[in-house]
Amino acid sequence: MSNDVFEQVKEIVSPYCKNKAALENATAETSFLEDLQINSARLVDIVIDFEDEFDIEVSDEEADKIRTMGDAVTVIKAKT
Amino acid sequence: MSHQQHRVVITGMGVVAPNGHGLDNYEQALRNGVSGIQHHEHLAEANFACQVGGIPQGIDAIKTDYLSEESLLAMNEAMIFGAIAAIDCWRDADLPEPGDEPDWDTGAIIGTGISGLDTIGNKLIPLVDKGRVKRLGSTMVEQVMASSSSANIGGLLGLGGQVTTNSSACTTGTEAVVEGFHKIQSGQLKRMLVGGTEGASKYSWAGFDAMRVLARGYNDKPTEASRPMSASAVGFVPGSGAGMLMLESLDSALARGGDIYAEVIGVAVNCGGQRNGGSITFPNPIGVQRCIQSALNMAGIQGHEVDLINGHLTATMADPYEIKNWQQALGLEPQQMPKVNATKSLIGHALGAAGGLECVASVLQLSRGFVHGSLNCEDLHPDLEPYADRIVHTTEDSDARILAKASFGFGDVNACTLFKTFNP
Repeated sequence: MSNDVFEQVKEIVSPYCKNKAALENATAETSFLEDLQINSARLVDIVIDFEDEFDIEVSDEEADKIRTMGDAVTVIKAKT
Repeated sequence: MSHQQHRVVITGMGVVAPNGHGLDNYEQALRNGVSGIQHHEHLAEANFACQVGGIPQGIDAIKTDYLSEESLLAMNEAMIFGAIAAIDCWRDADLPEPGDEPDWDTGAIIGTGISGLDTIGNKLIPLVDKGRVKRLGSTMVEQVMASSSSANIGGLLGLGGQVTTNSSACTTGTEAVVEGFHKIQSGQLKRMLVGGTEGASKYSWAGFDAMRVLARGYNDKPTEASRPMSASAVGFVPGSGAGMLMLESLDSALARGGDIYAEVIGVAVNCGGQRNGGSITFPNPIGVQRCIQSALNMAGIQGHEVDLINGHLTATMADPYEIKNWQQALGLEPQQMPKVNATKSLIGHALGAAGGLECVASVLQLSRGFVHGSLNCEDLHPDLEPYADRIVHTTEDSDARILAKASFGFGDVNACTLFKTFNP
C-alpha cells in the first residue's frame, strides 16, 4: 500500500518537477524544493492534487509540513 | 554620445494567426486569400448573434514543442499564443537559446486588450463564488494580471531589460511597436520584443456582441463574414492570436550580422480626446490625421512617398471615415492615394493582438514584395467609390518601399508606424 501511495505521489508531482531524473530515483528523503526543483509556489497545487486523487482534505498546517516525498506519503496514509 | 539617435530595424518576427502559424504559413495564407474565420459551436451554444470568429488552429498539438509541462500548468490561451509567437520571433532573429544569465540588452512590451478572461470565467469566478478560494491554487495571479504574457515571456527568454505590458484597446499591438521604437532609438536598449496577444474567450467577445458591433448574418458563411470597406459590412469578426516583432538598433543588427526585414522610420501615438465627434468608441478625425502626420514628420517624408496602407479597417461604419482620414493626412487626391488593404478581412479583429498580427503582415509584404488582397469588398462601400482602384482585392506583386500601418482603439486612441524596406 505504502509503495502504491509513493508511486502515485511520484506521478502527481511529475508535471511540477524541473529535475525529472531526481524524480526517477526518488526515495522517501527526496525533497520537493531542493532535489526535485519544484517552484515553491506550486506546493499548494500539489496538495490540491493530493486532495483530489486520494479524496482527502489537507489542512494548511499539515501542508506546511510536507517537504519530502516521505512526508507526503505519511500525511496521505494517515487519512486514507 | 548619449544623445545619439539610433536607427531601428526589424530583425525577427513570430506569428500565431487564425489563418496560419509561422511566417511562411502566414505569408502563404495572406497571398492566397485564406480566411481564418470559422463557425464556432461554443458561441452558438451561448446564444451569440455572431457565432464566427478567428481562432488559431492546431496550437494544442504543438504547444508542448515550445513549452514544458510545468510552464503550461500556469498558462492560459493568450499566454500560450504569445509565448509561441515570442519564441518563434526570438529564433527568427537568430538570437542564442536562453541560458542561465539574463540578456540585459533585450526588453519586451507585449500588449493585450482583455487578457486572461478564460481563466477568470472558467475558474476564478466559479470557485470564489462557491467559497472555494483555497482550490484556486497558486496559478491564478500570474494568469489574470494584466502583465501575464509579458511576465511569462520575460522568464522563458531570460530578458533583462524592461519587461512590461501596454493596453490601449485595439491600438495596443501597434502602440507596443511605437513604445519599443523609442526605447531603442534613445539608446536605452539594443533590442525590444514588441507586439500583442489575445485569447479567444467567449467572455472577451460577449460584450462586443451585446454592443451589436460584431458581424451578424454570416453564421453559415464564415469566410464572408469579415468585410472591411464593403457596402454590406455589418460589424467586425472577433479574432485572436499573437504577432511579435524584434526591434533592434541598426548598430546591433549589423554587428550580429543577421537578416533585416525592414526599418521603422516614423512612429506616433495620440488621443483625440473624445472631442470633435470623437467618443469612447469613435475617433476624432483630427486626432487620427495628426497621428499619421506626426509619424510622417518624424520620418521626414511627404504623404505621396507612402506606397502602401495597411489600414485598421474593421468592417464597421467607421471604414469610409478612416479612408478619408488617410487621404486628408497624406494630403493627396483620392486617385493619388497609396494602395490600401485590410488584413482583418482574413483573420478578423484580434483586439489587443490586431496591431501585432497586422504589423507582421505589413513587414512581410514589404520584405517579400507583395500586397495581399482584401476579401469580401467586391461590393465596395459607396463612399469609397472615388478610391476604388486603390483598394487591393487580389494579391499582387509589389515594389513598395514605404508602408503606413495604423491602429485605432476605444478611448479615441491612435497609433501609426511607418515601415521602409531596408537600405543601409
